[in-house]
Amino acid sequence: MTTLTDGARRPPAARGGIARSFADSLVVTKRNLIRMSRIPEMILFGLIQPVMFVILFTYVFGGSMQIGNSTDPDVYKNFLMAGIFAQTVTFATAGAGAGIADDMHKGLIDRFRSLPMARGAVLTGRTMADLVQTAVTLLVLAVVALIIGWRPGYAAPTNAGKIMLGFALLLLLGYAFTWIGALIGLSVRTPEAATSGGLIWLFPVTFVSNAFVDSSKLPGWLQPVAEWNPFSATVQACRKLFGDPGLSPSDAWPMQYPVWASLIYSVLIVVVFRTLSVRKYRSASA
Amino acid sequence: MPGAIHAEGLVKTFGDVTALDGVDLDVPEGTVLGLLGPNGAGKTTTVRVLTTLLRPDSGSATVAGLDVLEHPDEVRRSIGLSGQFAAVDEYLTGRENLQMVGQLYQMRARAAKERAGELLERFHLADAADRPARTYSGGMRRRLDLAAALVVSPPVMFMDEPTTGLDPRNRQALWDVIKELVSGGTTLLLTTQYLEEADHLAHDIAVVDHGKVIARGTSDQLKARTGGERVEVVVHERDAIAPARGILARYGPGERGLGDVSVEDHTRKLTVPVTGGAKLLAEVIRDLDAVGVEIDDIGLRRPTLDDVFISLTGHAAERAQDEENGADPSAGGRGQRKEPAA
Ligand SMILES: Nc1ncnc2c1ncn2[C@@H]1O[C@H](COP(=O)(O)OP(=O)(O)OP(=O)(O)O)[C@@H](O)[C@H]1O
Ligand SMILES: [Mg+2]
Repeated sequence: MTTLTDGARRPPAARGGIARSFADSLVVTKRNLIRMSRIPEMILFGLIQPVMFVILFTYVFGGSMQIGNSTDPDVYKNFLMAGIFAQTVTFATAGAGAGIADDMHKGLIDRFRSLPMARGAVLTGRTMADLVQTAVTLLVLAVVALIIGWRPGYAAPTNAGKIMLGFALLLLLGYAFTWIGALIGLSVRTPEAATSGGLIWLFPVTFVSNAFVDSSKLPGWLQPVAEWNPFSATVQACRKLFGDPGLSPSDAWPMQYPVWASLIYSVLIVVVFRTLSVRKYRSASA
Repeated sequence: MPGAIHAEGLVKTFGDVTALDGVDLDVPEGTVLGLLGPNGAGKTTTVRVLTTLLRPDSGSATVAGLDVLEHPDEVRRSIGLSGQFAAVDEYLTGRENLQMVGQLYQMRARAAKERAGELLERFHLADAADRPARTYSGGMRRRLDLAAALVVSPPVMFMDEPTTGLDPRNRQALWDVIKELVSGGTTLLLTTQYLEEADHLAHDIAVVDHGKVIARGTSDQLKARTGGERVEVVVHERDAIAPARGILARYGPGERGLGDVSVEDHTRKLTVPVTGGAKLLAEVIRDLDAVGVEIDDIGLRRPTLDDVFISLTGHAAERAQDEENGADPSAGGRGQRKEPAA
């Protein structure tokens, strides 16, 4: 028979702040990944939707879009992919929000909050698990894109390192947006509300951009909005790194230095929304 | 020296509901406090404040010598909690749940795994260990939650209605676990609706009602407050109730004659408060026999904690009602609802 009270009367000494925070976040990440793997239909829907978008946009709009001076569907196809990739990673927002809203209203949150764990670990663990899911989705999407005719280097030379950097920026953007999702999830009462609350504003953000159309063809007053949109910076950065056609010729700083702009925007979003979310988490239900 | 759990003047309101209205508690190290009280009395709220889940509006508390409000993180390192509703991840297996908790207590992965195995064994969950908790029955979830509270055997434990929903065998097993914990030096605060359980496990009992501790003491002390022994007789026939009542009245306190004897017609049961113990029982039997009353059952009953509970909280409820009707304006200040601002 096991003795219940043997061994340490207290848990082992706490590790230092950052190491502990990281270790706890990994434990929660693992928990969320196990959960995701036990609800495979969620992963499946997460995959079907962007694949459907790629195919619809390519074959429905492909023939009627003008990129630069070209109306060649092949140009549009190569132009489109960076936009679809970027839009797909931002959709992780909704999943993170719903997951966190769900957690906050289940009994398990009391367990977490009564344990001596790092303050942000419940949220960080969720966003990191979503990052893994986003990476898988992106991989599948990239393969589909290659199959239907996306050719990195179509308009300008590229190399493996640049392509990797492009995908890294996409993942960072997705990670940043899951922190927006986290804040939404903490602010609403139900996972359903978090899902719609996490999605609706993504439509204007991803459409008023350079993702699906040539932003210089937008109405004049919308052009600066699209050019300074953080989302556009990542799309432009990917086009540049992948050697895709249709780079925005705009003078706006984020369009001129898109890799830096994308990096700065994403890091800024993480810092701001992580701070707000962790603060909200700590005060929740107290 | 304050005990392992110490609370003073805890107040918590939710909107216009006063959940805690000045709760004071003290649980000496290595003892068990049973927290009793009707639904909505404030038991869970008290536990949530003491386990850092809820900030009180006012008052203070220490657990294991640490201030709950100022050092919540240190407090969390010293406590184990099993709340009223099982806090387990539905999609994780029992084993994964316990491993996760162990690792969040900063145990190494190997140690957490071993500990999970031990606890699953101990709580009769070994067979279901690798199934998602979603597939567990209510009692199994409850046990998994209790196991999670015991992962690091912390010095102070809180259990909110731990045996609700457990079958008799598992309830007994949990009692054994609790006794073992306490003999190992753990301090435990336990809430329960089963008064027998408090009687059995708790060194001290605090009865809460309307967010206040209305009585405290050992189970014997509380019973003594409620009254002494009674003789209970069940007669064989309905017709025998009247003669039996006449005889029993002789043994009562004699204040109200026949009124001392309470009668339950449908069960043919008569009850009278007595003093004199077992010797008296033989006399009663002889007297009843002499007038030809046939009896099915007779016994000397001591008050149970149920009697204590009902008499204490029953009175409190009546008093609260009186106040609401304005019968006793001098005693204001208690009751569930705040007065609307004048
Ligand atoms: N989060 C909350 N919001 C609003 N009211 C609450 C909240 N939590 C508790 N209450 C109220 O506070 C009072 C005390 O509740 P509590 O859960 O502490 O009772 P309890 O003694 O544990 O009851 P039970 O035996 O039913 O578990 C109740 O009136 C309840 O409605
Ligand atoms: Mg309760």
